[in-house]
Amino acid sequence: MSWFEKLMPSRIRTEGTSKRNVPEGLWGKCDACNAVLYRAELERSLDVCPKCGHHMRIGARKRLETFLDESPREEIADTIEPVDILKFKDSKKYKDRISASQKATGEKDALIVIKGSVQGLPVVACAFEFSFMGGSMGSVVGERFVRAVNVSIEDNIPLVCFSASGGARMQEALISLFQMAKTSAALARLSNRGIPFVSVLTDPTMGGVSASLAMLGDIHIAEPNALIGFAGPRVIEQTVGETLPEGFQRSEFLLEHGAIDMIVDRREMRDRIANLLAMLTDQQLAKEVDVVSVSATPAGSVEE
Amino acid sequence: MNPDFLEFEQPIAELEAKIDELRYVGDDSEVNLSDEIARLQTKCKSLTQSIFSNLNAWQISQLARHPKRPHMLDYVDLLFTDFEELHGDRAFADDHAIVGGLARLEGIPVMVIGHQKGRDTTQKIYRNFGMPRPEGYRKAMRLMQMAEKFNVPVLTFIDTPGAYPGVGAEERGQSEAIARNLLIMSELRTPIVATVIGEGGSGGALAIGVADWVMMLEYSTYSVISPEGCASILWKSAEKASDAAEALGITSARLKQLDLIDEIIPEPLGGAHRNIEEAAAAMKKSLLDTLSRQRSLEVDELVAQRYQHLMKFGDFKE
Repeated sequence: MSWFEKLMPSRIRTEGTSKRNVPEGLWGKCDACNAVLYRAELERSLDVCPKCGHHMRIGARKRLETFLDESPREEIADTIEPVDILKFKDSKKYKDRISASQKATGEKDALIVIKGSVQGLPVVACAFEFSFMGGSMGSVVGERFVRAVNVSIEDNIPLVCFSASGGARMQEALISLFQMAKTSAALARLSNRGIPFVSVLTDPTMGGVSASLAMLGDIHIAEPNALIGFAGPRVIEQTVGETLPEGFQRSEFLLEHGAIDMIVDRREMRDRIANLLAMLTDQQLAKEVDVVSVSATPAGSVEE
Repeated sequence: MNPDFLEFEQPIAELEAKIDELRYVGDDSEVNLSDEIARLQTKCKSLTQSIFSNLNAWQISQLARHPKRPHMLDYVDLLFTDFEELHGDRAFADDHAIVGGLARLEGIPVMVIGHQKGRDTTQKIYRNFGMPRPEGYRKAMRLMQMAEKFNVPVLTFIDTPGAYPGVGAEERGQSEAIARNLLIMSELRTPIVATVIGEGGSGGALAIGVADWVMMLEYSTYSVISPEGCASILWKSAEKASDAAEALGITSARLKQLDLIDEIIPEPLGGAHRNIEEAAAAMKKSLLDTLSRQRSLEVDELVAQRYQHLMKFGDFKE
């Protein structure tokens, strides 16, 4: 506590201490514009700042819950769990890192796969959990992704993947590098069957994930201002020895350089992807949903 | 200290310098020093044997990047005949960090693709230290697809610190170029044999490394990240590179034990740079054996096996 806070009468001291009756997280703050935001409103706008449009990072489960129709939903490959076959130990044991991440996120590993539908169109959707060891791809992520692809192939339904990852998981060493080949090989099969794969790149998508499954979509969609690239900006800065230009490796930069098809606001994601998939699979979206008018409505009313 | 020798090779360097000295003296003088020279040579050999029988992962990773380590084009000269280099990705540029072309291996036409590092400073810069840009991977992809079209096996040679981390490389889609190669190689309808000859650096290595059969020269390394990079991220100190090398298990012996690679090609005593002819001969034998096995397979079978092999990578419980 600073000297200034000590001076304050206790009843106006609210910041920083585990204070009284204020429910946890009633208020949130935008990381970009610092606007204080009402949690419920932020929820409704899918964690996009209503003031400045900044897209905050969101968890995998929340991502899929807001993306998919309420039913049907069936989680795939959730029984697969990580093991530490190399007995990898850096400053911490990999085993301990796994359990800490599992405890913190409530997830077994960094990818979640759910079979469901978007506006009535059946899809397999997967999302990376960035708060699980930086969304890094190891054996479990690779295997779950392949199973997602296989379900897409079996049921002949499109695949959508939301990536958010720092890359390959170092603690699984070369095994994690080979997940890049494994997931890409599975996508080759999906592509040969003529089944669409939409890759959504969210903040951040780097390294081994960006250099494999995330860049192999039929359609690449990025959220605004997401960091997307192969090498991290710090590594590049050290290599070339100069400061990087503003906006380097951001979604807008990738769009400009032809790496992605479009940048889509999270609040419109459902509708835009449904619209694209409906065309690619020559289907009509359910009557009651008029794509154009829904995507034009203000934030918050996207969800039924 | 002799810059052509690594720290743990210095005792060998000293002994060899002594032998050379004696030879020089021996030529001029009346005294017959040949017995003494022979004795020292035997000693040198057993010293090398004892040093090399006990290398740790960090020493091996230094050997993989030894200043004298043979590079891809050194082997091309010894392994193949009729080499015709093919240039360019047909879209942007010719990347000098990846060399590709047609050649014959004992008469069999093959497509050769590999990273090339430079020897002297000018060459190093010309080759960008063996770090490809997207156009390098796209050139590789073009040549692989050509090989598929004409039923020519693809032989790749891996020796890179990694894909180049640069502004232009990112602008032109480094990630996409690597990813696309992984996909194309996984279903290429012709045999692919990959050999790690030096440094197998991460995605930049794997981008020409998806294969039916993956071999490593004994003292080469293959890793998801360099020991230095790993140490600075996980240990917050590049000094811990030796610990990181150990933990990452980047050596051929460890990776074979984990079933991540298929074959180790033994190197001559003291490493490939001490006798490149011998190293190349061992490599040639392995390449020929592998090719004869793979060329006897129906191509559908070959591609199906490659797929199954890729799907097996990964350890988890269910």
